[in-house]
Amino acid sequence: MTGTRPRPRTGPSAARGGLATRRTVLRGLGGLAVAGASVGVLPLFGQNGAQQDPAECAAPDRSGDDRLVVVSNWPGYIDPRRDEGNTRDLFEERTGVTVRYTDDINDNAEFYGKVRNQLGSCEPVGRDLMMLTDWMAARMISLGWTQPLDRKAVPNLHANLIEPLRGVAWDPDLQFHAPWQTGLTGVAYNAAKTGEIGSFSELLDNPDLAGRVTLLSEMRDTMAFALKVVGADPEDFTQDQWGDAIDRLRKAVSDGQVRAFTGNEYLQDLAAGNIVACEAWSGDIIQLQFENPDIKFVAPEEGLALWSDNMLVPNGAEHQANAEAWIDHFYDPAVAARLAAWVNYICPVEGAREEMEKLDPSLVDNDLIFPDAEMLAQTFAFMPLDDRQAMAYERDWSDVTGG
Amino acid sequence: MTSTAGVAPPLEAAPLPPDTGRRRGRTGYLLLLPGLLWLVLFFVVPFYSLVATSLYDPAGSDFRGYEMTWAVGNYVDALGEYWRPLLRSLWYGAIATLFCLVLGYVLAYAIAFKAGRWKNLMLVLVVAPFFTSFLVRTLSWKLILADDGWVVGTLQFLQVLGDDGRLLATPVAVVAGLTYNFLPFMVLPLYASLDKIDPRLVEASSDLYAHPAVGFFKVTWPLSLPGVVSGTLLTFIPASGDYINAELLGSPNQRMVGGVIQSLFTDANDYPAAAALSMVLMMLIVVMVLVYVRRAGTEDLL
Repeated sequence: MTGTRPRPRTGPSAARGGLATRRTVLRGLGGLAVAGASVGVLPLFGQNGAQQDPAECAAPDRSGDDRLVVVSNWPGYIDPRRDEGNTRDLFEERTGVTVRYTDDINDNAEFYGKVRNQLGSCEPVGRDLMMLTDWMAARMISLGWTQPLDRKAVPNLHANLIEPLRGVAWDPDLQFHAPWQTGLTGVAYNAAKTGEIGSFSELLDNPDLAGRVTLLSEMRDTMAFALKVVGADPEDFTQDQWGDAIDRLRKAVSDGQVRAFTGNEYLQDLAAGNIVACEAWSGDIIQLQFENPDIKFVAPEEGLALWSDNMLVPNGAEHQANAEAWIDHFYDPAVAARLAAWVNYICPVEGAREEMEKLDPSLVDNDLIFPDAEMLAQTFAFMPLDDRQAMAYERDWSDVTGG
Repeated sequence: MTSTAGVAPPLEAAPLPPDTGRRRGRTGYLLLLPGLLWLVLFFVVPFYSLVATSLYDPAGSDFRGYEMTWAVGNYVDALGEYWRPLLRSLWYGAIATLFCLVLGYVLAYAIAFKAGRWKNLMLVLVVAPFFTSFLVRTLSWKLILADDGWVVGTLQFLQVLGDDGRLLATPVAVVAGLTYNFLPFMVLPLYASLDKIDPRLVEASSDLYAHPAVGFFKVTWPLSLPGVVSGTLLTFIPASGDYINAELLGSPNQRMVGGVIQSLFTDANDYPAAAALSMVLMMLIVVMVLVYVRRAGTEDLL
């Protein structure tokens, strides 16, 4: 009796003690092994530069036997197929090329994220044309992600592009890009809720507008105006001027003057009366005016920002010749007029105005579709940035907009 | 010895079982394999990639590529620049969780004990909002709380809000949005624990002359604790990482860390800072959850 009891007791308890230490040792060793392996593995997750040579990433052109063109564009940026004689049906009739059209671009940065991995490693993205705004087009071109256009295949582009859009710093000879539509960034307000707004600086410091103002969330859109407000030239500014502009904006944000930084959503807020004034894109406001005539678009004292969305042929596109036929088609003034009559943005094609006389005379004198020289003279663009500057500025920008 | 002799006959009668038993052991590991592979592919690899990204040389870019240089400074920079939205997220998440707990407890209690034959209908109603998109529901809060809307109008009439007071673009709207959007995540686990409570236990407490309130705090509340813990976790974790509510219902002064991370990743292409912030948020939440679960005494849940 007394002899048997201690034995089972000491047995398990000794074993438990031994196991516990062994377990801690094993655990420690395991932890060390994982940590060691992690130290070895982590550097493997580095990434190579994404710059490519367009010549090496070109795909053989199958346009001849595969009569197809794949186009990616922004929503609501082309006349609908149900319309009689729409521009896409016209293209198919003229060329025999089938159009596969998707409106899957909602945001430049987001689209960049979508195609970055493929284009950065010379893989095709399954598209023959994509439409991106100036700065993003410039970035993709400088990364070598787009194919040069054959000059002879796009004679209409070279003949008919309007003067103000020629000679941009990032592609002066139209080697890689063709503007699709052009627009103006300015100020919009609801005349039923506030008096006339004449300048961008009013958005930043008019106390009547406190908390009822939105600005655009793309850095270049808003900062171009902020730079103008502090007396700098957005096409050529210094680091100090940039700092002034950022501080000016930061003050407006922390005072609660700015309600939000938005994309297209400002339209709902302006229509609902949550905001009374905002930074806005011209074409959007024309469309909103059809429903609510109190909404006004004005050229502020600081001027207007002029931008374009541009057609680009990505590396690895299999139907480049068909894509060039598409570009040439939309630079035919009659086609361009038909497109402009529907989308209401600035038409980048010379001669479209004359064609519009036949199509819809009421739009001929709309200076947000066919702006006159005087209006275009007061427009400005944003200085081209190299990748280091762009990152530093974007960082300052997200610092201000990030609260 | 005698005991083994006793077991032996059935073993001889059926010689196969030990064999299948061993095979079953191996089958177990084989069955684990797809799960493990899944975890490695979709958790371990992305996790390491995130850790590596947070330690990238901050001078890298898409043009030059990124090198993993153990740049721990990314964390210092990110925290120094964005500690405000980070704290704000945890704060808003905590308030929203508290509101969810109060509202959700009342609702779950009613469904579990008082709903009678309406129980299933009420549960369906709790889940029903999921049939429409999260975005649409949050956007409709914008309509409800609009500056010219009836909610603001009524509050102004009652002098709760000043004449030019508003709800949208204030912390109130953001917390309200969070509370609304994550309420079902609180109600369902609470309901699951409350429904299991034997009503006779509450009855027993009143038989022993406990005041109903005492009965509630001594019987019902402790028994519902597992639901409270899992509900608060399910609400707090996504609520503090959420960015849609702050983006749609708040102003830049209400921005939460999720929104900052998103814009650093997509707009600024500042991957190191974005990854460092994500890591900080993740570590903070893990630590808070561990402490919380320890203190609540419900380690079994993990």
